[in-house]
Formats: sequence, structure tokens, C-alpha cells
Amino acid sequence: MLNYDLVVVGGGPAGMAAALKAREEGVEKILILERADTLGGILEQCIHTGFGLHYFGEELSGPEYAGRFMKQVYDTDIDIKTDTMVLDISDDNTVTACNKFDGLLTIKATAIVLAMGCRERPRGALSIAGCRASGIMTAGTAQKYVNIDGYMPGKTVVILGSGDIGLIMARRMTLEGAKVKAVCELMPYSGGLTRNIVQCLEDFGIPLRLSCTVVKTHGRDRLEGVTVANVDENLKPIPGTEEYIPCDTLMLSVGLIPENELSLNAGIKLDRITNGPTVDEYRETERRGIFACGNVLQVHDLVDYVTEESQIAGEGAAKFIKGEKKTGEFISTEGTNGVRYIVPQRINRETDKDVKLYFRVGQVFKNVKLVVKCGDEVIMSRNKKKMTPGEMENVLIKLDTVKSLSGDKITVTVEEA
Amino acid sequence: MTKREMICVSCPIGCAITVELNDANEVVSVTGNTCPRGDKYARQECTHPERMLTSTVKVEGGRLPVVPVKSASPLPKEMLFDCMKEINKVTLTAPVRIGDTVIHDILSTGIDIIATNDVF
Repeated sequence: MLNYDLVVVGGGPAGMAAALKAREEGVEKILILERADTLGGILEQCIHTGFGLHYFGEELSGPEYAGRFMKQVYDTDIDIKTDTMVLDISDDNTVTACNKFDGLLTIKATAIVLAMGCRERPRGALSIAGCRASGIMTAGTAQKYVNIDGYMPGKTVVILGSGDIGLIMARRMTLEGAKVKAVCELMPYSGGLTRNIVQCLEDFGIPLRLSCTVVKTHGRDRLEGVTVANVDENLKPIPGTEEYIPCDTLMLSVGLIPENELSLNAGIKLDRITNGPTVDEYRETERRGIFACGNVLQVHDLVDYVTEESQIAGEGAAKFIKGEKKTGEFISTEGTNGVRYIVPQRINRETDKDVKLYFRVGQVFKNVKLVVKCGDEVIMSRNKKKMTPGEMENVLIKLDTVKSLSGDKITVTVEEA
Repeated sequence: MTKREMICVSCPIGCAITVELNDANEVVSVTGNTCPRGDKYARQECTHPERMLTSTVKVEGGRLPVVPVKSASPLPKEMLFDCMKEINKVTLTAPVRIGDTVIHDILSTGIDIIATNDVF
């Protein structure tokens, strides 16, 4: 049995930032366990730029952003095991993992950071009629084929879903000579960043069809085309609006799911909306000593926010290991009237720092007021010109404010300006 | 006189901007923006739009068959496809290191194409 102060599950941007922060805070024995053959996580295949504008103040590609953290990790004596799959976390924080070199590993950890990231919603999660022809894949899979494995998965492409990965792949495939015929989005608005709509679709004349979905795939061995149809306000296809689009590839960019099988097995409670663990302001789950950060906690649109969140988790884990982390009474948080969720879900009344609440809205809002309340008391009110589901929002609650609250719940809500 | 509609990408608000251009394709007016950054963005988009270009380049003898690359700074938007042709002509030999120059001064733009990851 190995012994570590901190075991970090996942060596992507979240895991690396958490491990580095814990080290900075004086944690000595740290181990990162990573399923892939290198650190870096999904950033390794995100070769486009736009990463690091907030954190480094410059525009980096995914591998460059990851590379900066990898170098920092290598410059410490943080232990790393790649090609290693974590199988289980027991009640006493013993981590069971396996790899080709060590066989089965058991690791006793004082604290654990969960940083497993997320995966894409697959075709099976949608009800699209048709055969299992080749040429139907998630946008992230296609991204790996093109950017890591170096080959093109198709020549004519339809993309379902306007998430950022789908938009990025529309541009990538176009630059490499494929024809992207359309991006279809079920909702009346895009789930992607405005910057990506402009620079990945409009720049190349790729049509974005809103309130539109794929209802059928054609072709038995290889995809030959798709039937798309417009949808009504209940998101149901409207008969008579069907259109056949010939294509050999259908890419899906229809949502990301935090990868929480390990958390569920460990008995960790998940939030119904985020599908990630419910956490306190230091990202500690409801199991003492187990923290979560990055896309396993909530799906982010910017890696810079993942880094920020993971440093909080790393700091929290360090406090727990040193026996300095407060326990006690919590104030819960709740999003209402258009605010879908809040992370963190609870704040320790005795906390020792300012708390940023991260959230997403459920629809596009223009010229509204964002109001933070505790009971009837308004803590903060701010006018917002625009909020969209595609962009994560945050509000900062000062330490003094947290300390002064008498109620036991903070709500964030959208009101008319 | 022509009008061009665009969405500003300087921040998440995404203002719908209208630009009026005269017959010499010079900007006459910018409306719809709510801050100076929108004005700057619109003028740049109408006179000399630029984009970062990222792609991959073949590598022989490495752990992976391709290495990601980027333009060291934004390229003229209309040259992206021509630059892609140049990038696709190149084959490197491992090891390639992050920051290595892959193409010097691509198509006389004064801009280098550089590797954005290590391939050993």
C-alpha cells in the first residue's frame, strides 16, 4: 500500500492546477493519477487558440496552456502515474487503481481531489432513427482523429448541436478541405460562445440553423445523408419541414456530461442540474476530505475558470490535510427564476475568504437585473445587458457579507430591470 | 454607399453593429456598438480583418503522426486557405519542440508558423 497526503484523480488542467496549488500551500506527498498516456487532458486535442486570455493575459492554444502547467508539475516532486485507471475510492479514502507497470495499486490518501473531467453525450442519448452507419461520431472524437491521429474522418459534414466543440470542428474541417453543409441547433439560440459563431461559422459561410434537428440518418455501412427538420416551441419536429442533406459525416456536439461514476460509487451526492458533486466554497464534496473541480464538477466554457476553481479545491485540500479546514454550519445557495444552478451549493458560515458563486442561466436574457438575496435581504443587485446559457456567469460575495448573513440560504435570481 | 452588419466579439454581450462604407470601401459610420472596443473591432473587420490560424503538420519518427501549429500572430483573413496549403506541404522529423519555427515568414506575411506542442 502506498501512502500520500493528496491523491488527484485526473491530470488535465483541473488536476494539475489543484495539485500545484496544494503543493504551494505546503502539502508534501502528492500523486496525480491519469488515465491517458500524458498529462494535459482534453487540451492536448484543442489546438485552436483562445485559452489563457483571463489567466495568462495572452491567447494560447490548448497544448500550450496545458504545457505551462505540465512544466510546473515536472519542476516539482509531485508524483505522476499515467496510463493508470482509478477503479474505486473506499470509505477510508483508499484509492484502488491499476496500470500495466504496477498491476493493482492501493493508495491510502488523506485527501482526494476528483478531476476526471467530462465526456460528450453520445448518439445513443438522442433518439435519431437510422442504422449504425460509420461516419456518425461526437465532435470531440472527430477532433481527436484530425488533431492527434492526423486523419480526416469525412469530406461532407453536418453538425448537430452548436456547442463550442462542434463550432470549432466546423472551422477545422473546412480549413482541411471538407465541406460543412450546416450546423443544426435544436434550441432557438446557440449554446456556443459568440466568438465561435462568428469566427468558425460566419467566416466560412457555414449556415447555423436554429430550432432544427436531425430526425433520421441514411446509409447502412457508411453515412449517406441526414434528414433534418425544424422543431416547434416544444422542440418536436414539425411535419412537412423535413429536408434531406447528403453527407458522409454527422458530428454531434450536443452536450457534455461530468464523468462521475467514481464519485457515485464513493457515495458522493450529485447536483441534479450540474451532474457534478454538491460542494462547499472550497469544493469539498459531502464526503469529508474529497474535493472536486473542473468539468467533473460543472461543465465550463473557459479553461481559465477551471484553473481558478481547481486552485480553490487544491487550497481546500491543503487546509483539510493540515487540519485547518472549518466544519460547522452551512448557508445553502440556490438559483431561481432563470438561474439554473449555483456552484458552490453551500458556504461555510465560518469561512475565511470571499466566495464567488458560479452559475448559468436557462435562457437568453437582455437588460435584466441580477439579484442576490439572503431571505428578504438584498445582498447585491447588478444590471446585466445580456446573459446566455452558453456563458458561465459569476458574482462575488465578500467575506464580510458572508459573516453578516443571518439567513440560511442565498438565492440568485433574474428580475426585470 | 454600402452597409455591413456584424456581431462584435470583443465581449460576451455581442452587440449587433452596422457599418456604413463609401464606394472606396472606407468606413463612414459605425452604429449599434455600446463601447469603444466595438468601434475598433468593426473598423478592423471592414478594413483588414485578421485571424489566428491553427492546424497540424505531419511528423515522421515521433510518438504522434502530427504536431499542432499556430500562426505566431493573426494573419490576413483572406490568406487563411493559401496558408493552409503551405502548412500541408510540410513534413517534420521528430523531435519537434513547443515554440519551434515550422515555416518562417509564411507567404511573405512576416508571420511565422510555430509548433504548439512537443512531439518526441
